Amino acid sequence: MKAAVLVFPGSNCDRDMAVALDAAGMDVSMVWHKDSALPDGLDLVAVPGGFSFGDYLRCGAIAAQSPICRELAAHVARGGYALGVCNGFQVLTETGALPGALLLNASTKFICKTARLTVETAASAFTACYQAGAQIDIPIAHHEGNYRIDDEGLKALQEEERIAFRYVENPNGAMDDIAGVLSENRRVLGMMPHPERAADAALGLTDGAPLFASLTEALVAA
Amino acid sequence: MRATVTVSLKSGVLDPQGEAIKGALGSMGFEGVEGVRQGKVIELDLAENVTEAQITEMCEKLLANTVIESYRVDMGA
Repeated sequence: MKAAVLVFPGSNCDRDMAVALDAAGMDVSMVWHKDSALPDGLDLVAVPGGFSFGDYLRCGAIAAQSPICRELAAHVARGGYALGVCNGFQVLTETGALPGALLLNASTKFICKTARLTVETAASAFTACYQAGAQIDIPIAHHEGNYRIDDEGLKALQEEERIAFRYVENPNGAMDDIAGVLSENRRVLGMMPHPERAADAALGLTDGAPLFASLTEALVAA
Repeated sequence: MRATVTVSLKSGVLDPQGEAIKGALGSMGFEGVEGVRQGKVIELDLAENVTEAQITEMCEKLLANTVIESYRVDMGA
């Protein structure tokens, strides 16, 4: 199983993501935003959290136009797996790999705390090791996590069970308490909470570990 | 040639910054401020051969996120 973690100027969760993927048994490489190719035989692209390009213009907007994101789009178009966390989720919406957009938190404040989430579906390569309906604790740390989508798009997410995680107590004003969404083929997940910060007992939280274990199982089977 | 691109949140999209500004104006004693929307202005200095179609493409692909934002282009100095 090969995974690549994209690195932009201002990424700051890239190494945490690499550690979590590595601990789950993946062969991880770091890929710089100016690179024009992803490693051969790649299974998963992870887009990490942080402040790519200083959040200039809009969070993720500049990163989405970088050379490596053209390769990311091609990987996704081929049916490859991708995981975007926090700023990575913002990048995935800006590239069009996931629908919707992330706006400033309704409180206008940066929020850094542990959020309780409900796992809404176990039917994905990211959530298969959870029980649907389970409640998990995962840290959030963001200023723009207020998920927005048009009514038609929201209906599609609901009907196709593509809302992967919801907040138990909505921290940021996100529509329908959405914390994470899946693509139409369920192979791309974007989420504001940070599972990589909750994947090792030494970090105090382990509820993120099943997400990485799910991916490993899915990619071995693939 | 200068193009001024004004990007605003679409109507109906909550603008927390606009709401905060509205609250501040009210607490300063300004009455009658019924709504505030905050956007951004992007000024482009362009060579003469840049077409309006290219400016539109710039707006659609990068300057605005049309999922949540609308934009207006004003040509001229």
